[in-house]
Amino acid sequence: MMPRPGDAAVTHDLPLVEVDGLVKHFPVAGNVFRKPSGFVHAVDGVSFRIGRGESLGLVGESGCGKTTVGKLLVKLLEPTAGSISFCFADASGDEAPSEPVDAATLTGGRLRDFRRQVQLIFQDPYGSMNPRRTIYDTIAEPLAVQRIGNALDRVDRVAEILTLVGLTPASSFLFRYPHELSGGQRQRVAIARALVLEPSLVVADEPTSMLDVSSRTGIMSLMEQLARGLDVAYLYITHDLAVARYMCDRIAVMYMGKIVELAETEELLRHPLHPYTRALLSAVPVPDPEHRRDPPAISGEVAAPVDPPPRCRFYERCPQATSTCESSPHPPLEEKAPGRFAACYEV
Amino acid sequence: MTGLGLRYSTRQGEVRALRDVSFDLARGEALGLVGESGCGKTSLAKSLMRLLPDNARPAGGEVLLDGEGLLSLPEEEMRRVRWRRISLVFQAAMNSLDPVYRVGQQVLEAIEAHGVEETVASARARVARLFRLVGLDPRVMERYPHELSGGMRQRVVIAMALSCDPDIVIADEPTTALDVIVQDRILRELKAIQGQLGISIIYITHDMAVVAEVTDRVGVMYAGRLVELGETAAVFRSPLHPYTEALMSSFPSVSGEKRRLASLSGEPPDLADPPSGCAFHPRCAYATALCREQSPPRVGRGGQWAECWHPLDPAAVPVDPA
Amino acid sequence: MRWSRSKGSLLPDASAGPPRVEPGGGRLRLLHARTRLVLRSFRNGAAVFLESRIGLLALVIIVLFAVMALSHPVLMGTVWDADIYDPVTGYAFDATEQPAPPSWKHPLGTDPLGRDVLSQLLFSTGSEFVLGITAALVTVAIATTVGAVSAYYGGLVDAFFMRLADLIIALPSISLLIVLSGLFDLSLFYLALVIGVLGGFGGTAIVLKSQALSIKVRPFIDAARMTGGGQFRIIFVHIVPNLLPLSLLYMMFTVTSAIFAEAVLSFLGLLDIRMSWGIMIHTANTGGYLLSGTRYWWLVLPAGASITFLCSAFYLAGRALDEVVNPRLSRRDG
Repeated sequence: MMPRPGDAAVTHDLPLVEVDGLVKHFPVAGNVFRKPSGFVHAVDGVSFRIGRGESLGLVGESGCGKTTVGKLLVKLLEPTAGSISFCFADASGDEAPSEPVDAATLTGGRLRDFRRQVQLIFQDPYGSMNPRRTIYDTIAEPLAVQRIGNALDRVDRVAEILTLVGLTPASSFLFRYPHELSGGQRQRVAIARALVLEPSLVVADEPTSMLDVSSRTGIMSLMEQLARGLDVAYLYITHDLAVARYMCDRIAVMYMGKIVELAETEELLRHPLHPYTRALLSAVPVPDPEHRRDPPAISGEVAAPVDPPPRCRFYERCPQATSTCESSPHPPLEEKAPGRFAACYEV
Repeated sequence: MTGLGLRYSTRQGEVRALRDVSFDLARGEALGLVGESGCGKTSLAKSLMRLLPDNARPAGGEVLLDGEGLLSLPEEEMRRVRWRRISLVFQAAMNSLDPVYRVGQQVLEAIEAHGVEETVASARARVARLFRLVGLDPRVMERYPHELSGGMRQRVVIAMALSCDPDIVIADEPTTALDVIVQDRILRELKAIQGQLGISIIYITHDMAVVAEVTDRVGVMYAGRLVELGETAAVFRSPLHPYTEALMSSFPSVSGEKRRLASLSGEPPDLADPPSGCAFHPRCAYATALCREQSPPRVGRGGQWAECWHPLDPAAVPVDPA
Repeated sequence: MRWSRSKGSLLPDASAGPPRVEPGGGRLRLLHARTRLVLRSFRNGAAVFLESRIGLLALVIIVLFAVMALSHPVLMGTVWDADIYDPVTGYAFDATEQPAPPSWKHPLGTDPLGRDVLSQLLFSTGSEFVLGITAALVTVAIATTVGAVSAYYGGLVDAFFMRLADLIIALPSISLLIVLSGLFDLSLFYLALVIGVLGGFGGTAIVLKSQALSIKVRPFIDAARMTGGGQFRIIFVHIVPNLLPLSLLYMMFTVTSAIFAEAVLSFLGLLDIRMSWGIMIHTANTGGYLLSGTRYWWLVLPAGASITFLCSAFYLAGRALDEVVNPRLSRRDG
């Protein structure tokens, strides 16, 4: 069998999610009565696996398609092509997993069961909560929708999870409104809402990027600790490699709808293979005045991937592009060393 | 000109956004101001420019620019100082550009409004020069803001801030909304321009990494006060104030050893009702009864000082705030 | 209770035990907490409302009219003889000529048919409230639902309701009501329904839909989808409550337009209503007293002023509510 991205995750031999050739195109609005003038290839053939309890980082600049991947995974968007299959543990708690579920086929009650297993933490702790509902309503909503317990059980349960995410004493938070909480506290509520159903996978879309430095660290360690305690896998979407370093077991770097490199975190940061990863890494400022960085070897700026040419997406900006790169299609994501995947002809 | 003095103290309102903040800024120097949101960084910038909202009123203090007090200047005079002496790079570049005018026109207007150039032709030439300076093709002048990427817009805003040869540029979170590669380029350009034109820049940011890379000196703000000030290298090597240490150790880095991130417990204080004594004491690991009761003294070491009862370096000795 | 136990206990340190809401008093405490919340938000809203002078003024006027409405049955039951004071069938035997000018027995005089004007005025006040509030409730119920549903589904559903709204706006509603009242005997209740339906499918629906559109794209709607909640739940639990403040505002404006429409139709004598302010003016008009200047002022002025004041009061109440619900002015945000 061909090695696939993610196969080498040593401790996670049973993949929880397997994403294969995921594609999402958005039409570019043409005139009102005309057909779309083109398609933004937001996500273009993305494949990866996430193991049980594993944390995979999805890193890239804005517009690279990382948020779209997240939304596809939680079924807030439907893919143009490609498949996502989940392999959840049986409800009885047996070690043997149930049959893989193809996310595309889920509807009605089965979709509701799916929602129990896969949750999302939003970037914006201000917008992701209904301003007219209390913290209790917000966290108890998944329980109510999934018909778990009665109203009183839910109060206990919400108090329990509030304690767990560090909002203590829980009784003083239960019946407050989101606008009465600080950004960090709201993000804790968002985490509580995502975890109250004990999901197997949580997609976290830049959960700390809108927070202050001081509350950011608290949220990061909380998420890490909860993942260990509850055996939750994360798809951690971020633009910040430094944050990804602390949150993720493996990191996938995206550029214009494609994964260009995927490797174990410290490996990727220490020895980046793909020229884009290298450029990205060398652009990150370092909180040490004595440290001197060289400017990143990259030219130009990211363009929106509207009907891009078939060749390597990074060709125009790549410092080591060759004639092969110009004439060949976008390079496949290949295993260049054990557990290290890169999509580049020159590596 | 022998280093311009800039001094500022106390602004009081119902919410005391700034309390007795003083620092000086030398010609050609890059000063960083860091702190959590709501610590008074942006209020400070607005106070310097006298661009405060109606409900804010300065309560004491003085801003001296080359010995001239800015807070008492008549509005007419202040308008001359603003932009020609001190200019501002806003955080949200999209919001500070008018979407219905070409970007070149907008920079041109800033130049004409302040009468820096005699003729339209020379003003246009100046805009072209400025665009090249910030790394933009002068042809970009003819484009509208929405046609530009975030990085290009930020460059236009920087060009605008530089348009009247200011002595001081205040950059309020200049790269927060940008991707790292673009951020890197803009910071490098700002640094190059600073050296080339000999201007002073005040960077206002929450990003310790940016401060470490671009500033000569750094001031740490907490609850409307400047709690530590010193050479950037010295502050990073050995901070005096526990808050500075906490900020630095909570900041992740991609390089070096992966160390444990310390998290700061609690929330920033309510400025309408700040804690007694040292405002940081409820969150401070070293706090004692003394910190709760009395405002901390200023202690220093070399050019670096902090306001703390228990500075992290015991060698620090009390210094006179003047 | 049963939670999924597939991953063992949720709490890594379950021994520590979270604080629990006592099982016995739990339901009561839940109810208590909710009541407190509702009361608090009501108090905050009321404070902002009353802070504005126009809100206070509007409230005073509305309360005054409500007292008037309530006083009619009381007066009829105690001091007023039904033969003399009934607003429709009474006759002032004690007066020598009709219409009689104000006197101690008839503070606002009598109408050309010998009926007590004050009694008519007080009796009508109740009807105006019933009419205005019924119409407003119908409008708001329809417009909120239509707005939320159109915004959520978009496409054909949206196109249908929006074209319907265009149609209703394009038709002059007073002329439409004239035609309808000509075809059917419109009683007060049916009039309220018709005005409510026209308002609900008309302009108010468009305003609420645009508001609903801005709510629909907020991240908390996606968050609600993530819980697995159905469309019904998203529309009525998440979108509609966020529309209600604006709905309430439009409810006030509908009251005004309903009272006004009734006055116009009654004045034209098109309604099947026992008595109303519009009918009072209609009676004065058919007797030719409207043209004789201010000499018979008590026939027109009380009813006319009441229409003006009550309509303005509800409009002003709407303006004051705007301060409460408008996020830009609200002190709770930011």
